Amino acid sequence: MNILVCVKQVPDTTEIKIDPVKNTLIRDGVPSIVNPFDGYALEAAARIKDKNPDTKIVVLTMGPPQATAAIKECLAIAADKGYLVSGRTFGGSDTLATSYILYNAVKKIEELEGKFDAIFCGKQAIDGDTAQVGPELAEHLGYPQVTYGLEAEVDGDMLKVKKEVEEGVEVIGVKFPCLITYTKPAWDPRYPTIKRKMAANKAEIPVLGDDAFPDIDTTRIGLKGSPTNVKKTFVPQKKTGGVKIAEEDNTASAKKLFELLTAASII
Amino acid sequence: MEAKTKDLWVFVETNEDGTAKNVGIELLTPGKMMAGKQGGALVAVVIGCGADEAVKAASEHGADKVIVVDGPEYKHYSTDAYAIALCTLVEKYGPTSMLIGATNNGRDLGPRVSCRLHTGLTADCTALDIDEETGNVAWTRPAFGGNLMATILCPNHRPQIGTVRPGVFKKGDVTAANAEIIKEDIHVADDQIRTQVIELIKEMGGENVDLEGAEIIVSGGRGVGGPEGFDTIKALADVLGATVGASRAAVDAGWIAHAHQVGQTGKTVGPKLYIACGISGAIQHLAGMSGSDCIVAINKDPDAPIFDVADYGVVGNLFEVLPVLVDGIKKAHG
Repeated sequence: MNILVCVKQVPDTTEIKIDPVKNTLIRDGVPSIVNPFDGYALEAAARIKDKNPDTKIVVLTMGPPQATAAIKECLAIAADKGYLVSGRTFGGSDTLATSYILYNAVKKIEELEGKFDAIFCGKQAIDGDTAQVGPELAEHLGYPQVTYGLEAEVDGDMLKVKKEVEEGVEVIGVKFPCLITYTKPAWDPRYPTIKRKMAANKAEIPVLGDDAFPDIDTTRIGLKGSPTNVKKTFVPQKKTGGVKIAEEDNTASAKKLFELLTAASII
Repeated sequence: MEAKTKDLWVFVETNEDGTAKNVGIELLTPGKMMAGKQGGALVAVVIGCGADEAVKAASEHGADKVIVVDGPEYKHYSTDAYAIALCTLVEKYGPTSMLIGATNNGRDLGPRVSCRLHTGLTADCTALDIDEETGNVAWTRPAFGGNLMATILCPNHRPQIGTVRPGVFKKGDVTAANAEIIKEDIHVADDQIRTQVIELIKEMGGENVDLEGAEIIVSGGRGVGGPEGFDTIKALADVLGATVGASRAAVDAGWIAHAHQVGQTGKTVGPKLYIACGISGAIQHLAGMSGSDCIVAINKDPDAPIFDVADYGVVGNLFEVLPVLVDGIKKAHG
């Protein structure tokens, strides 16, 4: 089994604060992390490897040179090999352009690592929250997709994927090769061991740069090759005018709340 | 591709019983305004099996035309069948813009379709307009866990596509159903559908956690204290006919299943009433529920950020406040 896991290095959005004067995001000093959903995708691959020890897990990321840190983290946890896609001409890509670059990267890495049976991605990245790159990559590759995966199990020539749906969990069968995106499962991903961490620190991370894909259509990458562009950004307005209730005790507060909600015909 | 018309399409997702999901009908409301500004018709696209009810609902809520694709292969959603049907229609009719509800299925379908059509997609929009300067759709969406809003344009590719969060827009009033109904036969062979549902494991208790369609949600957070604390939350939800939600803290602690989670890593909801109990209101949670019509917060900490978005905030112990509410509601309903 040969699995590619796509990961993104993202700012930890739980640490982002708003500058109250300028009304902008304060990104300085915000730690960079592996996108949590990508961590679940890696864990899903690791669980397959637990049961099928001849599995190879390769990690792919696209980003600035410092995104190497995200690959090393994945190597420390469970991955066997990692590749960084990084180049000036890739900057400013929207999701469609990004997925097209990643498609080219998958083809390139398959020349080196062999064909991938499955590609795992996080459901979405917590900075952009679009959930688009996984399905778009699947479309470029012509592979079937399953989104909102929780875990997957190899069953002959197919993968059985537990998928989160409104009614509970669906088990979906999909033949290889396929692309699965993962959401948050009920369990926590494993931690790196000291030994793996030390090996990861020493690992060389191959970089696929601007000239790595001679056949790429340059009109479909970067800012200029992106169908969508950002017109403006702004910090959302806070709601005002709420009623705060703090009577002498909880019962009195509750009664007051009940009166207000009834009077306003809310309940 | 080039647009062949100035029409705006709303994809109306169906349930397995052939009714329309709420969000598809909701989107006809902004769709009408946008189609008007674009100078085209408002077209609802219904894909499903035995979907007469969905067609009727779209027709009654302002659609000028309804294009319907009906067949057994569309009873249960599959990426492959729906992408083939929707792309075939877009290529035939060439709309200038298309709205898709940002349900799990809509978020699965949107990127697949936009990539096949080689056009731009803006996900999870919370506001829609037509950019006055360029006439393009101005798609506004939250990013960075709701800390920042971005307005996105797709100037040179058609159709411009966006997924839009459920509950952001309200259904319009029912009018006479006089839309032109266009039936399209698009059949997808079994072997073109490359995923198969092997099994559906219903959630414990068999309940359907439909947070996105819920009119009232009672949610619990860290302040609930443990799995048994959710009994108090459920008691209030039961008398209100509400769905139970939860914050990430409660889900991470294992007190309740992830299907109940509201917020950035869970569901985005827009009920008429959202009651947050023992939820501090981290920005990721607020991102998922601040579009609710009315927000009630009950929290011990008077400085909890949840009070910043609450219409009614009670500073107090939820275990003493909720039972009083339950009693009051029971008495009021006799």
